[in-house]
Amino acid sequence: MAMDARDIEKLIKSAIPDAEVTIRDLAGDGDHYAATVVAESFRGKTRVQQHQLVYAALKGSMGGALHALALQTAIPEGH
Amino acid sequence: MSIEQFIDKEVKSSDVVLFMKGTPQFPQCGFSGQVVQILDFLGVPYKGLNVLDSADLRQGIKAYSNWPTIPQLYVKGEFVGGCDIIREMFQAGELQKLLKEKGLTVRESAQA
Repeated sequence: MAMDARDIEKLIKSAIPDAEVTIRDLAGDGDHYAATVVAESFRGKTRVQQHQLVYAALKGSMGGALHALALQTAIPEGH
Repeated sequence: MSIEQFIDKEVKSSDVVLFMKGTPQFPQCGFSGQVVQILDFLGVPYKGLNVLDSADLRQGIKAYSNWPTIPQLYVKGEFVGGCDIIREMFQAGELQKLLKEKGLTVRESAQA
């Protein structure tokens, strides 16, 4: 089962509207992605909480359709 | 004992517990293997629990932490993160700091 990178981005942005999402298809097979999600709304949250927000946005795809999504979250710099 | 009670007992009875696919000697998933390598590098004793041995454990741990993937690392009963977070913390020296703050000994050469 594979997921399109644009679908992943759309799901994340619909749940976290201020998110800057960058997705790389690591193996070119539509199944191994690396995502970087930068959002001001992550401020004050732990890494675990930030990742949980992204996983929630993916509505159960993580661990299912998406086996391999390497995730990195951050808060925008310069504030 | 429910699976939740079992998990709760496990994470509270060892200082460092890793829920993983496979065993520390034979990881059966690259993500689990990465965390094993980091813990071994740091020289921290830990208990590995193989979720592939039990479908109940595999589902139960995801519900326990509200975290959809394996591996999952617990220190002193607290969920620290999965593979990405552990690697990021290790590279930043934060994992070493956390372990020391929790009173655990990290191998000298592995300190940031």
